[in-house]
Amino acid sequence: MGTELFQPTWKKVAWYAVLTALAVVILFPVYMTFVRAISQPRAYVLAGQPPWPVHPEWDAFSRAFSLGDLGRKFLVSAVVTTVIVAAQLTTSTLAAYAFTFLQFPFRRLLFYVFMATLMLPIEVTLIPNVQTIRSLDWLNSYPGLVAPFLATAFGTFLLRQGFRGIPRDLLDASQLDGFGHLAFLRRVAIPVTRPVVASFAVIAFLSAWNQYTWPRAVVTEGRWETVQIGLKTVTATTAEQNNLGFAAALVVALPILVLLIVLQRQIVRGLTAGAVKG
Amino acid sequence: MSEVAFDGVTKRFGEVTAVDQLTLDIADGEFMVLLGPSGCGKTTALRMIAGLETVTEGTLRIGDRVVNDVEAKDRDIAMVFQSYALYPHMTVARNIESPLVARRFHVDADAPPRKLTAAERSERVDQAARSLGLTDLMGRKPAALSGGQRQRVALARAIVARPSAFLMDEPLSNLDAKLRAQTRIELVELHERLATTFVYVTHDQVEAMTMADRIAVLNEGRLQQVGPPQAVYERPHNLFVARFIGSPPMNTVPGTVVRTDTGVAVQLGGQRIDLDPVAHEPLADGTEVVIGVRPEHLAVDPDGQVKAQVRAVEWLGHERLVVCDLAEHHITVRQSSGAEPVAPGDVLALTADPAHVHLFDPNTTERLN
Amino acid sequence: MSRRTRDALVGYALLVPSAVIFVWFFFYPLVRLFVMGLHQQNRTGTAERYVGWSRFGDVLTGEQFTEGLRISATYVLYTVPLGLVLGVLLAVAANRRLKGIKVFQTIFSSTIASSVAVASVVFFVLLNPQIGYFSSVKFFSLSDPDTALRGVALSSVWQNLGLTFVIVLAGLQAIPDEVDEAATLDGYGPVRRFFRVTLPLISPTLMFLAVVLVIFALQAFAQADILTQGGPVGATETLVFKIFRSQQPIDQGTGSIMALGLFGITLLVSLAQFLLLERRVHYGN
Repeated sequence: MGTELFQPTWKKVAWYAVLTALAVVILFPVYMTFVRAISQPRAYVLAGQPPWPVHPEWDAFSRAFSLGDLGRKFLVSAVVTTVIVAAQLTTSTLAAYAFTFLQFPFRRLLFYVFMATLMLPIEVTLIPNVQTIRSLDWLNSYPGLVAPFLATAFGTFLLRQGFRGIPRDLLDASQLDGFGHLAFLRRVAIPVTRPVVASFAVIAFLSAWNQYTWPRAVVTEGRWETVQIGLKTVTATTAEQNNLGFAAALVVALPILVLLIVLQRQIVRGLTAGAVKG
Repeated sequence: MSEVAFDGVTKRFGEVTAVDQLTLDIADGEFMVLLGPSGCGKTTALRMIAGLETVTEGTLRIGDRVVNDVEAKDRDIAMVFQSYALYPHMTVARNIESPLVARRFHVDADAPPRKLTAAERSERVDQAARSLGLTDLMGRKPAALSGGQRQRVALARAIVARPSAFLMDEPLSNLDAKLRAQTRIELVELHERLATTFVYVTHDQVEAMTMADRIAVLNEGRLQQVGPPQAVYERPHNLFVARFIGSPPMNTVPGTVVRTDTGVAVQLGGQRIDLDPVAHEPLADGTEVVIGVRPEHLAVDPDGQVKAQVRAVEWLGHERLVVCDLAEHHITVRQSSGAEPVAPGDVLALTADPAHVHLFDPNTTERLN
Repeated sequence: MSRRTRDALVGYALLVPSAVIFVWFFFYPLVRLFVMGLHQQNRTGTAERYVGWSRFGDVLTGEQFTEGLRISATYVLYTVPLGLVLGVLLAVAANRRLKGIKVFQTIFSSTIASSVAVASVVFFVLLNPQIGYFSSVKFFSLSDPDTALRGVALSSVWQNLGLTFVIVLAGLQAIPDEVDEAATLDGYGPVRRFFRVTLPLISPTLMFLAVVLVIFALQAFAQADILTQGGPVGATETLVFKIFRSQQPIDQGTGSIMALGLFGITLLVSLAQFLLLERRVHYGN
């Protein structure tokens, strides 16, 4: 597929046409959201909901921040995401290091126990976990939003794969040099596996930022809504105001879109981990 | 500078005994080579000196200290790994500096050991790099170096801490043949310059013969023989050492001692080899033995007692090896390439140099003469 | 202390942070699900009585669970095959050497940036019965109980397209050029080459992807929460939707058993994935 270097021009043009058509189909929903976000709602409906903006109001984005309290939601999301990513990086790195470089009784068994948590998505444990959070009085709080996500077996698995690529001799050499395990982890293991760590960080960021079910369950006050939960208000607002909700949706996706364009390699590597051999 | 002493040291991994009752004294400043086939326990022995493996039984001393429970970093040794174990993300300079960062050193007389200052570290690193010709490569990472350069960085990292003993685990096995020969000479020179104990592990007898002050031959976890290269070559203590050292290996053929009025001989199938009567006094008539003769101690001689049929001739340029059938065994004769040509099928009369005939007990495999 | 003992202690210490979270929010709740399933609480959660295992049978065969399961299963059928086909289509189209192909690849993968909530809002714009641009299309109308799930599914397909595309593309790029060249020399045309060579070679990737998409679909909640609030007349109440709604003390027993049902199904799917991966490893060697 990738080898057709010498193609006739008409064939190339045809491919560009196909690719462009596909791109249009994929981007169309976003385009329509954009049109609705900047159109003056009443005028847009009166104009028969055309596929182009009507009376564009560019301040829809800034008003989404002021009216919809999007700023506060961004803050909550940012804190939650930062804490989760930092915590997952730490806990996963430590556990992966233990499973790779240290010998202790029941190591294999414990590894399988860790991996078993991958079979328990938050949707399954939702009811008792919400109960736990409620009994701790952590509803509508940062601890409640982040607690179940401070560790993840996925990260342990991914980083262990990375650590296993480090030759055992490096650990021996490091011990002769007088460094302990934590120094080896910091000085050698993490720098050597930096691409894997980066991929995991990006994936952790993506899933933390995009969470919906859990924050929806432990947040009952608008103040503690993440951006994702905030988007639900679009369904409750009147037709006169819902353009702000659409603007908000675009803004919420923006950080990830930027990340996607800047860190495409890491994202792809993280997403395809385990999916493609070699 | 330190001696290293194994006293009845055993290492077991679960059911497997990797090193069995090893007793070996390595003198201060000695170049000791631990030689043996893979799995013989030589690397395990080395790693015990390094402190990377614990000692199951026995005592291990470095200098006058029992080090069984001393941590690797406190043993004042350096190790060159077979893989070199360079940190791939660090520059050459940082790699060489690594042993100086965390450890404490005796720098000031009569003062307790302390960490080195950055200036002291960089001075030592520069010095080590200079002595191995690495000064121009200090900013590079290992991936940007050739195999030989990486090996030098590993050496520099070992000498930078000025340890009292160097441990080397097959450090030449990743080099090509030409570089290996050159590095052998450099290692000997390094040893002379540093005048420090070297313990060197290899399965390559050429490395052992060319570099060692003494060789310790190991097999299946047990020490077979210790001695200077020449002694180990000329008087192997048992069949394993006899066959392991020397290339091509010593010819070994089972036979029976025959005592006659005229002297002592060994009967091989239908043939007979006379022995030097004085040297073989204690052997009774009818003793089963294995007779060993190195290829270079066999010669074609019209008066030779032993008849063997040529099977193949390998021409190596400066010499040739003639492989013959004798009493259902293959034996090899080493000849200069200028000797009279022979061809497969020829029957040769051979003599063995009586001063270089080795006899072994077929049951214990121990040397008899 | 010997090094071995110290290493073991360090090892356990490094596992503690993760283990605390796993016990607290994964294993303990799993036990709690059984306990709650065995007990019935009163309306305020102040008293509970043991009702026994028989309720497990009642709930798992009851209308609420089977209906939720039917809807979730239908959702899997709507989203997974279509998502895979579209993903392969995009990946094949974008896996060629053309100037500017990176731009198209970025656009095709762009829906990765969209969360479930964002995708749901975007499709709210297209499908909402009052304001939706396509609200008059009967086939996936959100106002008709018979078609609403299709509309909801559409948003999932779109949202997962980026991920599917990226993974299939990686699979295609892992195929050595020589294989395609050999097939071309053997006289295979592009279509035959695709079905005889390309597709079999990326089938392990597709299997993996299928399992991932099935698990995503089984966890679907936000789509229905935002697009339809489970309606009309409960037609889009997925299993997770029903579990989510069972958080009042009086409903918790039933909800817990439904959650265990979902767990069982997830387990089966994961097991299938594990077996497929095992087999793939064997083929690989």
